[in-house]
Amino acid sequence: MSTETIDSPPPTTAGVTRRNVIKGLGATLGLAAYAKAIAPLTEWKESTTVDEFLQQHYKELSAVDLQIVLSRLEREAKKEYGVDVHITDIKAQPGVKFGYALNLSVCNGCRKCAEACHIENNHDRGSNNSYIRVFEMSRGSMDMEKGNANYEHPVKQPDKFYLPVQCQQCEHPPCVDVCPVEATWKEPDGIVVVDYNWCIGCRYCEAACPYHARRFNWEKPQIAAHEINPEQSYLSNRIRPQGVMEKCTFCLHRTRAGRLPACLEACPTGARVFGNLLDPKSEIRWVLENKRIFILKEDLGLKPQFFYFFDV
Amino acid sequence: MELRVLPARITSTTVTFPSRHLLPFAALVLVLTSVGILLAQAPGTKIPAAIEAAAVPTDLPTKYRPGPPTPRVRTNEKDVQGNGVTASCVTCHSTAKPNPQTRSAADLQQFHQGLKIQHGRLSCLSCHNDRDYNTLRLADGAPVAFPDVMTLCAQCHGQKWRDYTHGAHGGMNGFWDQTRGERLRNNCVNCHDAHVPAQPQVLPVLPPRDRISVMPKSSPEH
Repeated sequence: MSTETIDSPPPTTAGVTRRNVIKGLGATLGLAAYAKAIAPLTEWKESTTVDEFLQQHYKELSAVDLQIVLSRLEREAKKEYGVDVHITDIKAQPGVKFGYALNLSVCNGCRKCAEACHIENNHDRGSNNSYIRVFEMSRGSMDMEKGNANYEHPVKQPDKFYLPVQCQQCEHPPCVDVCPVEATWKEPDGIVVVDYNWCIGCRYCEAACPYHARRFNWEKPQIAAHEINPEQSYLSNRIRPQGVMEKCTFCLHRTRAGRLPACLEACPTGARVFGNLLDPKSEIRWVLENKRIFILKEDLGLKPQFFYFFDV
Repeated sequence: MELRVLPARITSTTVTFPSRHLLPFAALVLVLTSVGILLAQAPGTKIPAAIEAAAVPTDLPTKYRPGPPTPRVRTNEKDVQGNGVTASCVTCHSTAKPNPQTRSAADLQQFHQGLKIQHGRLSCLSCHNDRDYNTLRLADGAPVAFPDVMTLCAQCHGQKWRDYTHGAHGGMNGFWDQTRGERLRNNCVNCHDAHVPAQPQVLPVLPPRDRISVMPKSSPEH
């Protein structure tokens, strides 16, 4: 029986076989899926110039190439956001290693620091993005995972304390270890930076960071022209492209010029202390030597350059 | 292998080109001698001031926001333009006899009504000077001007004053690196109301809208 079925001729002779129909259907579906799959690429291509595509890694750019890149980025900002921005590349100073300390006894959770970061670093307005997340914590726990960052009631609540968390600029940053393309690294002054034009947006670093300090640009940042901070730098607050990671840089465009970070200047309680860890006369050193210091997730051994302290 | 090759190479170089090794030494000796001669010829030569200044950077000043000026009290009177008339403290207090029993505005029959005082167990005359109401007084009775109020606060708040002088308390603006810029520091009363020094409750700004901070309400705590 079975041999007879196989050997029997096909029921039709006009070329419309069952096999051909399935083949055609398969090919159509395949093509459609392919077209759908590459659709984002065609959209994305419009915003990526050849120059940008061919740009070298930040560390491999010569001084001349870097200038070309900076002026190209300024032109792009003008075209896309309608603002004359000034993008510099300010380098780490020798003999400086930045440290930051925050007084948990006085922080009142007002989130003015997060707002200052939002404005200073040209964050996307719609998402209220900021490099600082303030956790409302219950007394008796120092576990940031149990904190609530989404509070709306008046602060400070009497039975709570407030834990602002931003990049801790680890001595052994796990986010740098996991980056598959070396788009992020630790600078000589201790700041962990990202080359936004080299980042492929895989978000490994976001997953690796135990402080949840990295942010992803899901969408192209939307900022009104008059709200854009025009004083920008390549490694910090220039407007990021879509699809790349970003993080707190201790406002390196300010701090490498000797100025205080924006979140410190905005703090209405004076909870923040910033300075050079290598200068024994600095305020930050006084705090480290005289206050009770708490290091967030110290057991991970990442050696943050961010310290929390309490008034005694 | 390497150990045996290396000395052989060095020996051969030394033997073949002795002058190449001596040349830097000779140059050094020459330079040192000429510098020595120059210095001997001009013993009074001074390092230019610009270089000296660059080598030892001097800190730019820390400035302090002054305390409020000597206050004036609002009255119910209006002037011809319709602006409220204010009076100096001494307008009334030069004739009214000070009463050390008064602990708060609630004890008063008139004036300063509604003034809230929540500052430990202090009374009015703990800080206000009953000999000259245009000034404040320290614990030893010495007058202190209103803009210099920090001296007064520091009498009791020694630990805060210690932290403040070390830059660990109090807001500031400007430069962390004072070789490159000035710093402006807040005064006690820029942030604290002297009568109610505890920070009032405020509404937080910039609520987060990212998916990590904003957890669904039903998510269980672990």
